[in-house]
Amino acid sequence: MADGLHLARLVYLQMVGHCYDGLPDEGCGLLGGDPRTAQASRCYPTDNLAHSSRIYTVDPKAYLAADRDAEARGMAILGVFHSHTHTDAYPSPTDVAQAPDPDWHYVLVSLRDIAPVVRSYRIVDGKIREEPVVLDSQ
Amino acid sequence: MAVEVRLPNILRPHAGGQATVSTEGSTIGDVLKALVADYPGMAGQLVTETGEMHRFVNVYVNDDDVRYLDKLDTKVTDGDTVSILPAVAGGGF
Repeated sequence: MADGLHLARLVYLQMVGHCYDGLPDEGCGLLGGDPRTAQASRCYPTDNLAHSSRIYTVDPKAYLAADRDAEARGMAILGVFHSHTHTDAYPSPTDVAQAPDPDWHYVLVSLRDIAPVVRSYRIVDGKIREEPVVLDSQ
Repeated sequence: MAVEVRLPNILRPHAGGQATVSTEGSTIGDVLKALVADYPGMAGQLVTETGEMHRFVNVYVNDDDVRYLDKLDTKVTDGDTVSILPAVAGGGF
C-alpha cells in the first residue's frame, strides 16, 4: 500500500480554491486518480447539497459524472475532500460515521485560520489514521 | 430485461472483484433482488429489511436517480445501465 496521498499541485489548488468558494458553507468534492499508488491527479469539485456550514453532502449526480469521467480516463475515484469552516482539519464523528468506503482517502481542509490546513486520513472500521500529504511539483 | 449494473468499489469484493455485472429484472427492485441472489454478500446493503432503498445508497438508471422516479418500482428496459453509488456525506461536527 502506498504511504500517504500524493496530490498533483493543480489538484491541491483546485481543491482549496473550491473550499474557499463554498464559504460560508462547507465545500466538498471528489478526487480521482490511481488508487494503487494513491496519486490524486484530478479534482472533481461538487455542490454541497446540504448548503450548510456544519455538514456536507456530495451531489450524487456529480458523483455519477465524476465516476464516469474517471473511468473514461483510466482512473478511479479514490477519495473525497471537504472543508471544516471553523474546526480543525480532523475527521468529526459525523465524518467517521458516514465514511462510505474504507479504501478511500479522506481529505480535510480547515479554513478556520488565515492559512488553509490540509490533512488526509484513512478511515477503516471507525478508526482514523492520518497519512502524509505529498504535494507533487506539477 | 437484461441490464448492466455498475458496482461501487465497496461492493465489488462480493462480486469477485467485478466492477460491472449483468443481471435481469423488470424494475429496480427486481434488479437489486437478482443481484443479492447472485451475490449474497450484498444482502442488507442495498435494500433494508423493510423493503426500502438503503438511505446511504444512490441508484441510477442511466442518468436518472430512481428516488426521483418510482424508487424500487422504477422500470428498466433492455440495455439500461444501473449505477449504484454510496452516499458521500459528513460534516464538521
